[in-house]
Amino acid sequence: MTTWRSKLSDHVLLTLFSLLMLYPVIWWVGASLKKTEELSLPSLWPKTPMWENYSSGWHFSSEYTFAHFFGNTLLMELWNVVGSVLTAALVAYGFGRLNFKFRGFWFSILMLTMMLPGQVTIVPQYILFNKLGFVDSYIPLILPHFFGGGAFFIFLLVQFIRGIPRDLDEAAKIDGASVYGIFVRIVFPLIKPALVTVAIFTFIWSWDDFFAQVLYISSVDKFTVGLALRMFIDQFDIQWGQLLAMSLLSVVPSVIIFLFAQKHFVEGIATTGLKG
Amino acid sequence: MNGVAAQSNVAQAVKETTRKRVRRSGTHLAGYIFISPWLIGFILLTLWPIAQSFYLSFTEYSLLEQPVWTGVSNYTAIFTNDATFTKSLAVTFIFVLFSVPLKLFFSLLVAVALNKNIRGMNLYRTAIYFPSLIGGSIAVAALWRNMFGVDGYINQVLAWFGIHGIGWISNPHTSLGTLILLNTWQFGSTMVIFLAGLKQIPQELYESASVDGAGKVRKFMNITLPMLSPVMFFNLILGIIGSFQTFTAAFIITKGGPINSTYVYALFLYEKAFKHYQMGYASALAWVLLVIVGVLTAINFFASRYWVFYESSAEGGKGK
Repeated sequence: MTTWRSKLSDHVLLTLFSLLMLYPVIWWVGASLKKTEELSLPSLWPKTPMWENYSSGWHFSSEYTFAHFFGNTLLMELWNVVGSVLTAALVAYGFGRLNFKFRGFWFSILMLTMMLPGQVTIVPQYILFNKLGFVDSYIPLILPHFFGGGAFFIFLLVQFIRGIPRDLDEAAKIDGASVYGIFVRIVFPLIKPALVTVAIFTFIWSWDDFFAQVLYISSVDKFTVGLALRMFIDQFDIQWGQLLAMSLLSVVPSVIIFLFAQKHFVEGIATTGLKG
Repeated sequence: MNGVAAQSNVAQAVKETTRKRVRRSGTHLAGYIFISPWLIGFILLTLWPIAQSFYLSFTEYSLLEQPVWTGVSNYTAIFTNDATFTKSLAVTFIFVLFSVPLKLFFSLLVAVALNKNIRGMNLYRTAIYFPSLIGGSIAVAALWRNMFGVDGYINQVLAWFGIHGIGWISNPHTSLGTLILLNTWQFGSTMVIFLAGLKQIPQELYESASVDGAGKVRKFMNITLPMLSPVMFFNLILGIIGSFQTFTAAFIITKGGPINSTYVYALFLYEKAFKHYQMGYASALAWVLLVIVGVLTAINFFASRYWVFYESSAEGGKGK
């Protein structure tokens, strides 16, 4: 009896809370179909849905449709995800499985970089990329992902790799596998769930990494979705309906990816173990 | 994404290296080959820039001509002759002070609620994670500007209760509050870390506590909280560092206004560097931030001895 009751109260509580979290989003869907005058009315849903908000928003820029901006962003994301997943796995294998001189020292440094405010390096990085002629290209946005994808992901994978029984390595060694062979044949396949987590986080976070995009991308034809949306905001007379419609579309990829992989997402983190 | 405080890891890593003699020199090279992507990136994009920014902070530099050495004048100007610095630091401190505890509190609460095996958990999880999914995008900024505007949704709700709302974002007394609220609403990542931590707590601890007749509250206070303390610590440290760097919301929603009420430090630094091209001054600002965050982190590490409980440490206790 009591368990049934507590189950029900759990559901009620969680449902209410989910609604609280989602309410602005529900409002958002309705608002994206409203005329500007209608936005200040309390109804969630407009009298006559303005589907043209979507089409006019899509063609808002005189030169490019949003398809172009989505294409830009997705291409960049593809590189980011590949870079992060590959190099984070390599580096984590090095730290998690191999013995080498000063390993502890380098690992401490890795952990310390997690605590470094990005502002400290942003100016010199900009100067560096500027000197190399990479400003207004995707290289400054993509390249960091090929350097291990960040301390956070490396740490996550190291924890994961430490959880893989070493007997498997030993068995492979007896079969004559080198450290490289063990990585390719044993470790890499086994850490796939955690790699999915790395891929999702990379995708979602770099999609939203507005700071770097504003900093490095200046020509409209290279604009990401986020930068294209900012063009709406910078207008004198903001077309709210169109802006909200396009904003809504801009979060669709992240939502799809999350729904598609959320099982991996939570479990992938949870199974890494919290013991250092 | 994982709740081990860096402290124990670092200590352990150092211990490991001193204890273990490396067996085969063959893996030295292999080890360095495997970590080379990170090592190269660290030298190029972290170590060299840190040194560079330290040097630049003693110069005047506009990107166009060579840096001119000006000694400590940037720092003197910051501390004695820059009202905007004081203002933006104050704004950022208030932001950190409110948003970090709020976020920790909510994400822990929700993680505990979500750490159950009930049906439909995936749906709840997605719903609750959704706000964090849309992150710091323009989309959220558009949403917030609209919701908290004079005739936005919040005021419509208040109107039902006969309260005449204000323009929350355009009022300097409440504008920062809306940004803190937004930051709190997006507690997903923090929550996921807590969730991962909760899944790690051995069930037998709860079972034996039940045998001793402990109730829900006592279990939470005596098992969950101490076992979660490393995760809490991790979230606290990253939360403080993250909040000190808050930028996007202020940049897009309020542009730092009205009357600098949301002019956060990162925005100040960004404008000094990339609007006025005062790279030297911006570098000095970055170093001031680094020192502040470093001191706070050090204090936290020191204080953690009294409240963070590590299973592995022999002398570990719950502290005070």
